[in-house]
This record gives sequence, C-alpha cells and structure tokens, in this order.
Amino acid sequence: MSKNAILESVVEASKKNEIPRISPGDTVKVHVRVREGGKERLQLFEGIVLANKHGGIQQSITVRKISHGVGVERTFPLHSPMIAKIELIRKGKVRRAKLYYLREKVGKEARVEEAR
Amino acid sequence: MLPGILGRKIGMTHLFDEEGRLIPVTVIQAGPVYVTQVKTVESDGYDAVQVGFEECKSRRLTHPSAGHLKKAGVGPLKVLRELRGKINAAPGEKFTVEIFSVGDKVKVVGTSKGKGFAGAVKRHHFRGQHMTHGYMTHRRPLSSGATGPARVFKGSRRPGHMGDVKTTQPGARVVQIDAERNLILLSGSVPGAAGGLVQILKTGSK
Repeated sequence: MSKNAILESVVEASKKNEIPRISPGDTVKVHVRVREGGKERLQLFEGIVLANKHGGIQQSITVRKISHGVGVERTFPLHSPMIAKIELIRKGKVRRAKLYYLREKVGKEARVEEAR
Repeated sequence: MLPGILGRKIGMTHLFDEEGRLIPVTVIQAGPVYVTQVKTVESDGYDAVQVGFEECKSRRLTHPSAGHLKKAGVGPLKVLRELRGKINAAPGEKFTVEIFSVGDKVKVVGTSKGKGFAGAVKRHHFRGQHMTHGYMTHRRPLSSGATGPARVFKGSRRPGHMGDVKTTQPGARVVQIDAERNLILLSGSVPGAAGGLVQILKTGSK
C-alpha cells in the first residue's frame, strides 16, 4: 500500500457518509450543533448555497440567507461533527459554479430558478 | 512495556476532533518491533533495550547481525535501535502501537530534512540587509567580529550545512491508533521527510 493510499484511507475513515449531493443554487437547511452552558441544541440555518469548495474532508459550502433585511453568509465544513444534518430543500438551476453575484442583487433579482 | 516504538513517517493530513476543530496530524506506520537484546548495568554499564524493526530478506543481513538476531530468536530485521532505561522486556518479545493509548503525550525523534549549504539568514535567522534602496548586499552575514582578536571565534554563527541532523520534537499527542494496520496518528508535525525513520517515545504524564 503506497503512502498516499494510506493517507487517503485515514481521511476516508473519518469522513461522514450520509452527505447529500449539494451544488450551488440549491436551497439547504443546515442543522448546527450549538453548545451553550454545557447544554447542546440544534440551530437551523436555511439559505441558498453560493459556493461548494474543496474536496475530501475539507469540503465546505457557503450558505446565504436574508435575515431581518440583512444578508447573512455562513460557511459550513460539511464533515465537521458540529454539523448534525444537511437537508436539501430545493434544487436550483444556475449557470455559474460560484453565485457571488447574488450579493449584489436584492428582491426578485436575488432569486434562483428551480431545477426540474 | 517499552517506553517507545520505531516507525516510518507516512505523511500529514488533517482530521476533525469531536469539538469540530480541524487538527493537523502526522500518520506514522509504527511497529511491530521485536526486542533483540536487553542491556543491563552489570553487563553493559547502562540499562537499555535494543529493538529491531522492519522485516527484510535474510540475505540482506550481514552474518554477524544475522547471528545477533538469531540469538534473540527473531526473524531478519532491517533496523536496530536502543531505547534507554530500565525496561521490563525479554528478547524476542513483540510490541505494537498498542503500547500507546489515545491522548498520550509523546516526543518524536527523527532526522530533519537536509537543507544543504545554507546561508546565515536561513540557518541562523540573521536579518540580512535591505532588498532595495541601492543596497548591494542582501543576505550576507557581514561582520564576523572585532579586529581586536584578529580571528573569528569558534562557534560563531556562519553559513554552512543545515538540516539532516537528529532532531527531537516534544509535545505531540496520540490522536488515533490503528492496531490492525500498525498506524499511529500524532497531532502536529514530525521531523524529517515522509518515509523517514522516527522514534516515538512516551513523555511524562498525560
């Protein structure tokens, strides 16, 4: 077994196996584990995926939502144990790999068409 | 129980811990090692255990080392190293990565990567001179001392060969153990290049 194959298998073993295929433009709901005063609860974050970055254990998605009129973006490392679950709400139809242009858009223009 | 084990560095990667922090780890293929000789104060003047690592073909051994290993009752081994201290072990005994447990503090002894003939800036962290503003010297060591003694003192920091020396790096922690494949994962870096021989030694308390 080559050195790279060993490294690969070590990382592979610590990856999560039930992660849905997420692509930019999708609407997702991320369940985040939050620890407050020794207690643990789940926090939800729902929004449009702007970017899907890296591969392997570093894979992360950037999710954008409008909260009380303010744009909020969070980047989630998908294989982190702090991410309890990721739900795919809606597939989006987009022509870019990175949807950073959505930051400049407001209202109707900031929508993403649903893929069928 | 041995205070340490021998291994070969495989390389680095990173893993999440249970708190969600991404920690850098070095993967080392360590052991199994076999005790080849037990040295004592009475017979050798000091206490130590000699261990052998990495099986090889018997025709690769010299006759003296083949005889030495035969005396210990172990197969042909490529590498022999000593672990100092009074250790309860008998010749022929086999030890694997299971002598460690997750969370153990360890230090790693290896041979650092050779840098060749390095200048004083790289080798001793001299500041060097300005890169711009008309300076004609950039990375020279400049003055080597006063004119008074009319010589350079021995031990002055000067350019020369750097790296490829025995290096001990303390402060690593055992992150994961894979006894089936003889793998041990340590937090952080380890001296030397991938494929290099390293000694993993237990240190102090947890």
